[in-house]
Amino acid sequence: MHFKQALKASCAFFDNRYGATDLFMLKALRVIFAIVCLAAVTLLFVDFTGFAAGHWGWLAKIQFVPALLSLNLLVVAALVVLTLVFGRLYCSVICPLGVFQDFINWLHNHFGGKRAKRNNRFRYHAPHKKLRLSFLTLFVVMIAVGIVGLSSTAFAAAGLIEPYSAYGRIATQLFAPVYDAGNNVLADMSAASDNYDFYHVLPRFAWPVFIVAALTFIVVVTFAWIGGRNYCNIVCPVGTVLGYLSKYSLLKPVIDKSKCNGCRKCERNCKASCIDGHNHVIDYTRCVTCFDCIGNCSQHAISYRPALRKKAADQGAEAKTETKADSKTDAGRRSFIITGAAIAGGLVARAAVKGDGGLAPVKDKKRPERETQVVPPGAISASHLNARCTSCQLCINSCPEGVLKPSTDIESFMHPVSYYTDGWCRPDCTTCGDVCPVGAIVSLDPAEKSSTKIGTAKVDLDTCISASAGQQCGNCERHCPAGAITMAPVSDAPGAHLRPIVDEAACIGCGACEYHCPVGTAGIIRADHSAIHVEGVDVHRLI
Amino acid sequence: MEKKDNNNISRRRFLKHLGIGALAGVATACGSNVVSETDKKKAGDGKMTYRVNHNTGDSVSVLGYGCMRLPTKSDPKTDADPEIDQEAVNAQVDYALEHGVNYFDTSPAYCKGRSEHVMGIALSRHPRDSYFIATKLSNFAPSTWPREESIAMFENSLKELQTDYIDYLLLHAVGQGSFEALNGRYIDNGILDYLKEKKEAGVIRNLGFSYHGDVAVFDYLLEMMDRGEVHWDFVQIQLNYIDWNNAKKVNDSNTDASYLYAELERRNIPVVIMEPLLGGRLASVSAPIAAKMKQRRPDDSIASWAFRYAGSHPGVLTVLSGMTYLDHLKENVATYSPLDPVTDEENEFLEVVAQEILQNDTVPCTDCKYCMPCPYGVNIPAIFAHYNKCVNDDNVARDTRDPHYDKARRAFLVGYDRTVPKLRQASRCIACGNCLSECPQSIDIPGRLREIDQYVDRLKSGKA
Repeated sequence: MHFKQALKASCAFFDNRYGATDLFMLKALRVIFAIVCLAAVTLLFVDFTGFAAGHWGWLAKIQFVPALLSLNLLVVAALVVLTLVFGRLYCSVICPLGVFQDFINWLHNHFGGKRAKRNNRFRYHAPHKKLRLSFLTLFVVMIAVGIVGLSSTAFAAAGLIEPYSAYGRIATQLFAPVYDAGNNVLADMSAASDNYDFYHVLPRFAWPVFIVAALTFIVVVTFAWIGGRNYCNIVCPVGTVLGYLSKYSLLKPVIDKSKCNGCRKCERNCKASCIDGHNHVIDYTRCVTCFDCIGNCSQHAISYRPALRKKAADQGAEAKTETKADSKTDAGRRSFIITGAAIAGGLVARAAVKGDGGLAPVKDKKRPERETQVVPPGAISASHLNARCTSCQLCINSCPEGVLKPSTDIESFMHPVSYYTDGWCRPDCTTCGDVCPVGAIVSLDPAEKSSTKIGTAKVDLDTCISASAGQQCGNCERHCPAGAITMAPVSDAPGAHLRPIVDEAACIGCGACEYHCPVGTAGIIRADHSAIHVEGVDVHRLI
Repeated sequence: MEKKDNNNISRRRFLKHLGIGALAGVATACGSNVVSETDKKKAGDGKMTYRVNHNTGDSVSVLGYGCMRLPTKSDPKTDADPEIDQEAVNAQVDYALEHGVNYFDTSPAYCKGRSEHVMGIALSRHPRDSYFIATKLSNFAPSTWPREESIAMFENSLKELQTDYIDYLLLHAVGQGSFEALNGRYIDNGILDYLKEKKEAGVIRNLGFSYHGDVAVFDYLLEMMDRGEVHWDFVQIQLNYIDWNNAKKVNDSNTDASYLYAELERRNIPVVIMEPLLGGRLASVSAPIAAKMKQRRPDDSIASWAFRYAGSHPGVLTVLSGMTYLDHLKENVATYSPLDPVTDEENEFLEVVAQEILQNDTVPCTDCKYCMPCPYGVNIPAIFAHYNKCVNDDNVARDTRDPHYDKARRAFLVGYDRTVPKLRQASRCIACGNCLSECPQSIDIPGRLREIDQYVDRLKSGKA
């Protein structure tokens, strides 16, 4: 009884205190926060210096699915509470894919076709209940199947529609190359002026992930261009979960029937198509609390306030309609500066190597064909990684040595695997585990990391130039941080060639030997693969 | 069958004997090491070595405590204005006194002017006659040249140090700014006469100066003493095994310590040593030099060689070391308890080391490209050129505590990738040695590449 009275009082307070103009501030706030969030998350994926990850890496960790998978229950609880109080603000502010779709919608409203067709393009339609529940069920089942270890492919497939990871792939594969190109222009300029602020970066491009990212991009952009938030309200499992939660949220946009003149402007500009203007009802499972309708209503008939659904309906039934002159609060005209992904910059090819004549040819090493893949320390095992990773690409993008690459194998598609062609896994670097939001790569401290065995080096005596040709080398021995390699004669015969001997118990699989082996990079050696390479171990262990 | 076995056994025995013989040979060869090791044990357990100042009869510990880089509460690398950790200073002062260190060298200029205050707090917890205080008249700024200002600075030192007399007072860094500064700071304003009066009055027990820069000023001040205008009770100079004969190669405005020391010794003036580690450079040397040092004295730190060297000169009163960390203090106390003076043979060795260190600064590569093409694709001259450029631009940081470590690290690594593609960098050298015979400068190319590679590796893992 007391509760109801209090609620009634607070409704009245909201009605009186916050008129429609005040409530317009809500939209401005939402847009500002959303832009900041989107820009920050995007930077997380395109920045290669580690600055973004070091300063706001937590933005990845408050994403719904990553928090859920990493059992970060505090975050999950906070997001649930947020939704139960404010509705699906998560989808409008925190989720990068959601905000990205709003950006596409904004583009449509400003540049999409003839002026007359840009606005008022939405109509209320009934929720695709069965469809979205099927997507959610499918997602949950596939994730569950993945986690219990039945099928990592199922898990990977589930990751395809997960919004945070999907955006991660888009950002790393579609936006990062543009960002890199811009950076490389600056690097050229800074090199010319003997300044060290900018430096060239290696391309972070991987065809398989690019294709997936490009397809996701096309699907999401098409959905957003045509149907506003349809992706979020049909496909997205997070949208469905939070949607059903937000049905019970404390604050909601509510239509005051007594003020409504039935113009249905709110309905026609609702990107979630969730406002039934005819019946003055809003489907809260689809409403993403964007506050557009509040600003659009010339009659100030929509307010954001505590509401019991029944109450709202009752109020509406008694109300009488009034017509008023149309005032112009055209949200569409309000312009906000969008920083988002609009990073301009011409593509400039890398400066060609000058014809110096005095350099022996070198070539890029080919990846070894491994029996067991090497996964980064903290991943524990390939199966642990595959049962958690949603392939958002954050670790791959953050790896300072360029060791992590997206896998092309079907059972671990787009998940990080270690290749030592561009660098090796430094024992004191713990970046991948630190940035991983889903706990697929566990965060290790440097001491643990440097003694975690992820693989064992294997020598190919046929191509090792020391063992096969007696060339003095030992580059693997010199660079092994674990001291696990010694050069020893292949036989007792006098003058026998030296070969690297790997102490399997001491080898941690960091790949320093593989990276530094001249076989595969020196042009004078025919072989394309390193003569020493790391084979993964099934389960990582401390040595 | 049996016979054969016997044969085998005897052969094995023979080999065994051979092995023992070889071991014995090795042991004989290492004889000198064994001796120095026992010496070392004695050294660590013994009592601090003291030197007597014949002017006042002070018995001064050969290790002096430099108060320029006191421990701070926050990392001075990240914090521009770190607060001095008084607790840590107290603990170190207690440890130092307990282990026989009795000479504390501070200045109104050190630690942004806070050193004297902090040391005053730490030292006043002990009996005043258990230690000697050295401080300086650091009137560098022309605004402090007027007589009253300089006197105020001196009087403030007494106040901050909570004492009514100074054991050792120095004209600070004379030679810097040549005669103009000398005259402006101490002569024209009558401050030197004032200090002489204070010495007469017993407020200053020993009067001396520390010298940097223009050697003519150094000579002039000693000539003043020759003429009987002033008596220098001690003089503080920069001395280490590099500066002894090669000061000009390090810094053109420096003077060989051998000259300075000889001038002082001739006049029987006790010498206080600063920069025994040459700004920390002698605390870490290249791997081959370090190996040679460790061969001779396996348990001694690299820095201890420099400290022993500085202390071994008989005219030296004390060797100052700025000790930010307790472990440095402990190590230095061990080195000097008692001091095991460097032998003539070790002296020669250190002279060779000095030459190698000086050479190590830059690679004497002339970019003649005779070594090229390296069969494994390494761009040898480009790597050396980049390294030399960084050395010359002072972008080679040896220590993460270097104030410009981050800048130097970035410049080195970014510039490295920029000028030498990854597949042509020093890490790609397999030490095949094909280049060795080609180099007209006789550079140990694989060795130098390895050093650069190891340096890059340390930079990449954020350890200097």
